[in-house]
Amino acid sequence: MSADPTGVIAAPDEVDDLAEPAPVRKSSRRGPSLPLLNVVTVVLGIGLWWLVSLTGLQIPSPPEVVLAAVDLTTSGVLLQDVIASLVRVFSGFLLGTALAIPVGFLMGWYSWARGLLEPWVQFFRTIPPLAIIPLAIVLMGIGEQPKIFVIFLASFLACVISTFQGVVQVDKTLLNAARVLGAKDGTIFARVVVPASTPFILVGMRVGLGSAWATVVAAELIAAQQGLGYRMQQAQIYYDLPTIFVGILVIGIFGFVMDRTLLAIEARATQWQERR
Amino acid sequence: MTPTRTPVDTSTSRDLRKIQVRDVTKHFTVAGERFEALGGVSLDVAENEFITVVGPSGCGKSTLMNILAGLDDPTSGTASVDGVEVDGPSPERGVIFQQYALFPWLTVRDNVEFGLKTARVPAEERRARAQHFIDMVGLTDFADSLPKTLSGGMKQRCAIARAYAMNPSILLMDEPFGALDALTRVRMQEQLLETWEQDKRTIMFITHDVDEAAFLASRVVVMAAKPGRIHRIIDVDLPYPRTEQVRLSEEFTAIRNEIWTSVYHQ
Repeated sequence: MSADPTGVIAAPDEVDDLAEPAPVRKSSRRGPSLPLLNVVTVVLGIGLWWLVSLTGLQIPSPPEVVLAAVDLTTSGVLLQDVIASLVRVFSGFLLGTALAIPVGFLMGWYSWARGLLEPWVQFFRTIPPLAIIPLAIVLMGIGEQPKIFVIFLASFLACVISTFQGVVQVDKTLLNAARVLGAKDGTIFARVVVPASTPFILVGMRVGLGSAWATVVAAELIAAQQGLGYRMQQAQIYYDLPTIFVGILVIGIFGFVMDRTLLAIEARATQWQERR
Repeated sequence: MTPTRTPVDTSTSRDLRKIQVRDVTKHFTVAGERFEALGGVSLDVAENEFITVVGPSGCGKSTLMNILAGLDDPTSGTASVDGVEVDGPSPERGVIFQQYALFPWLTVRDNVEFGLKTARVPAEERRARAQHFIDMVGLTDFADSLPKTLSGGMKQRCAIARAYAMNPSILLMDEPFGALDALTRVRMQEQLLETWEQDKRTIMFITHDVDEAAFLASRVVVMAAKPGRIHRIIDVDLPYPRTEQVRLSEEFTAIRNEIWTSVYHQ
């Protein structure tokens, strides 16, 4: 490299974190507020649905679906199904992330662990979790285990990758800064690597929960005696369209609420991040 | 840590050898090609001295600093501080990085306390010491702010407070003001000199900027590249405190020009 004749090195800008997870932006454009637009579009969507149901297509109208929902709620069936699905999701998700975080740290921190584990993680990541179901049922029977196992796998794989990436992407200068301040490996890990990779872990957990929720419903479609997927499967046999709609709506609403909850936790836990 | 420091006149103390670098070489292999970052560097820095190191890219000035910091090992030769050979990083040798290297999840106060906590300094003393250095760098009102809310200059001031809080024997600064705008840089230089004049801690300061090198130092080490080596050492015989008057004086311009020629026409 040649000398800079001005005697001043070009100022490197702040390190631009392209990999920074999910920046939260506030829109400052003029116009109606976003929540208002959200409400408007939901109302319009339901209106459109109602219109379509009137055209003679075999789609239940909103009131029919509401009635079905009320029926399913008062009989307690819906609550049972929701609980069954949620228990499966959370057991699988908690087991998956509980294992993914230490494994991800191990892979990021020790190159030998990366060398040994990464091929397996990458291989299983290419297999849709549902494709494991037949094998899981053969090996584990038709009880809760195969479903929880598949959800465990789905959330583990989603979370392990991002934890690992989080550790790998910890700024080397921060590690050096900790070392020159007298920190040894244990301290550096606990007080630098863990907080620095938290945003990545949280993104991994969010992706993991989303994939767990998608997997549970599908797993229940295949083999279950309870749960939202099972309920829709039964309704299909009896040509019970309103119940199928109730299932879809409940799945969507719960998925949305879970995602937003984790997003809120993430925004809180990572408010130290520079966002642009 | 040394609890007491006896003030020593810099002009007569050059034999104290606070920092001693002897025949240090450093080779890297990049893409199969051997690269000589440092080809035999020897240097003595006296107690209480403010020395700057300037040179073109690839002259190995950052490598030299990393070796002194203990973040990098020399291929051959030795680097000693206070007569003890450097072997790994130590809070005895404070380091200021160009990219500030603040922990973004910690407030200014917690950043300054980081090393003290690691050294298990009792909470009360830790608080007091951190507060002292936060006040010293003028961040009193921002003690509980996160780094993301600070400007570049404030971030670097926080990093300086963090290094001083460890009461290091020497300070190593790697282009600390390189990312700041020109005005902020001048102000930071003046503040750094003010602090140094009060506490007279040995500082080795690496820079790309010839003006900065001349303004701060009592001696300027000019390095050359391929292989990285010391080209010349230029004495800056200008009085401290270095005021704006010094900066605008003919003597300063003459020394600055001498350094410039030495850097760009090696």
